[in-house]
Amino acid sequence: MGKVVLVTGAARQLGGRFVRRVQRDPEVDRVIAVDAVAPPHRLGSAEFIRTDIRQSSIARVLAEHAVDTVVHLAVTGGGAGAGGAGSAVKETNVIGTMQLLGACQKSPTVRRLVVKSSTSVYGGASRDPAVFTETTQPKSLPAGGFAKDAVEVESYVRGFARRRPDVAVCVLRFANILGPYADSALAEYFSMPVMPTVLGYDPRLQFVHEDDVLDVLRLAAGEPRRGTLNSGTFNIAGDGVLLLSQCARRLGRPTVPLLLPAVTWVGSALRAVGVTDFSPEQIRLLTHGRVVETSQMREVLGFKPMYTTAETFSDFARSRGKGLLPPERAGQAVDRVAAALKVDSLNVGVAGAEEGAQR
Amino acid sequence: MADAKVIPFDEERPRRRVAGTRRVRAVPAPAGEAAAEPAVAEPAGAESGGAAWDRRIAGGLAFLRRRVTGDYEVDEFGYDKELTDQVLMSMMRPLFDKYFRVEVKGIENIPAEGGALIVANHSGTLPLDGLMMQVAVHDHHPAQRHLRLLAADLVFMLPVVNELARKAGHTLACSEDAQRLLEAGELVGVMPEGFKGIGKPFGDRYKLQRFGRGGFVSTALRAGTPIVPCSIVGAEEIYPMVGNAKTVARLLGIPYFPITPTFPWLGPLGAVPLPTKWTIQFGEPIATDGYPPEAAEDPMLMFNLTDEVREQIQHTLYKLLVQRRSVFF
Repeated sequence: MGKVVLVTGAARQLGGRFVRRVQRDPEVDRVIAVDAVAPPHRLGSAEFIRTDIRQSSIARVLAEHAVDTVVHLAVTGGGAGAGGAGSAVKETNVIGTMQLLGACQKSPTVRRLVVKSSTSVYGGASRDPAVFTETTQPKSLPAGGFAKDAVEVESYVRGFARRRPDVAVCVLRFANILGPYADSALAEYFSMPVMPTVLGYDPRLQFVHEDDVLDVLRLAAGEPRRGTLNSGTFNIAGDGVLLLSQCARRLGRPTVPLLLPAVTWVGSALRAVGVTDFSPEQIRLLTHGRVVETSQMREVLGFKPMYTTAETFSDFARSRGKGLLPPERAGQAVDRVAAALKVDSLNVGVAGAEEGAQR
Repeated sequence: MADAKVIPFDEERPRRRVAGTRRVRAVPAPAGEAAAEPAVAEPAGAESGGAAWDRRIAGGLAFLRRRVTGDYEVDEFGYDKELTDQVLMSMMRPLFDKYFRVEVKGIENIPAEGGALIVANHSGTLPLDGLMMQVAVHDHHPAQRHLRLLAADLVFMLPVVNELARKAGHTLACSEDAQRLLEAGELVGVMPEGFKGIGKPFGDRYKLQRFGRGGFVSTALRAGTPIVPCSIVGAEEIYPMVGNAKTVARLLGIPYFPITPTFPWLGPLGAVPLPTKWTIQFGEPIATDGYPPEAAEDPMLMFNLTDEVREQIQHTLYKLLVQRRSVFF
């Protein structure tokens, strides 16, 4: 008998794509998609149930369909896609999770729970170690916003795991999710024509590709493969690190370094006119950056992302069109200088050094 | 300028042992170089001057092209190898070669590969000694190894400074970062005296302060890497700190506010370090791989090893001070 998978947050881009992906899985029998708003995209053969996970009706849905796997994706930062005010997002994140976990606890059929969390639970401050492992205790807990929601959601999930040891619980802490369809606050930030940055800070960033997110969610929602374990807490991120300055150059977008207090003002001004959601939490990310250790993901979960951080970013950059200073043009400008000076800068690598010397 | 407390009595000693220092780079970069194009400093050899210049400009432009297009790599600590090699090191090198005329001894005590923890004394009000140690290891070691320094959290709180520190390969002095670097086979530099060492008054120069809580020993034990003691002479006198304006320091949120014979009085000019003559000596490595895994938890062993490292550094400091002819030459 196949599995019945319930996916929350199906009206969001990522939730919708996961619903379509997971129903192709041979061991999955039915997919129940749940969200408070109707999805703008197709959900394939999945059954969409419009219900608010903040209400107790979610328990009825679980019982009615004898759901055995719950994939909780309705923990979001409230980017452009969802709309709505911050308090509503927070309520869906925290109260929704509480309701869902309460329903799962009563349900005799639920065997597996997958929760989407974020690496923002580590906070990020100057006193933190450079690389976070799953067991690192944050030096300063996030004060508010999505990061705080994620911390609270995780603590409820841990409580649930204690009370229902028979349910396999998998918490996936995703680094910043990017890709051609990304609608997160960071994706919006990278789409601004001119990017405000924090003066004197060049944060280290890590990205994970949307396709990898879908793959790892499917891996976590299914039975564990031989020699791997898919319950526990895992950091999910692509290999490697990009600096914000590197990202801006690769996108070809000029940056405006601002003093830290000024960034906060500009952020609230931009939010007021609705350009982008420039939350204090995002400013924190853009100040201190965040890098996580992913050996647990490789060795225990047995997942190897297809895209590195740099590949994820270039895939994202391709989807966003050219900035004001495309890297090709900047490169050509250097080449023109080289031509004016009559030196061949392109061929000067390891092999070209001799050629330049012979001239 | 007062002399050091340890009075040099080295009349019978030969003059500076210039022949003993090893220079890896054959030709130092010329001073009048185009500022916008950090050149690849390589021995020019028998090439004609024009060709060498062409090559240098071409190398600089290729570097510039990679920079403007963002086509370079950094590691998970934010270490930008290319920028460090081509720009940051070139900026520190004149200070190392010309200003402080650093003499490097015992470089062969640093292993050619694999992790090692270099433990040094800390002094000089501003952490120039760490930077000079980084240049010393890179320019004098046959394998041109890169030193990854562990820095205080203050460094990572200050704008601009934190950015440069990360790009130069430094990271926060915490056991997680140190262990990660050592296990990756990197050369890690640490100054366990911390602010107690760098901010001590001039009268206490060359007196080693307490070595933290000895955390560096347990980190090295866990990673099984040798500890290389390092003694730096000359850094103590660059800013002779005769006083400490504690109220100002508290207002600015820094651990000390130095008052030197020149510093706040001459303004920015007072912040120019004195051109002392430096010696950096790397001592015999202390092996840590013979201990059982639970040794890192043994406080007695940790204190003993900490004392051993400390004694060796202090002893070498006294020896170097006796050999020193004067503070400035």
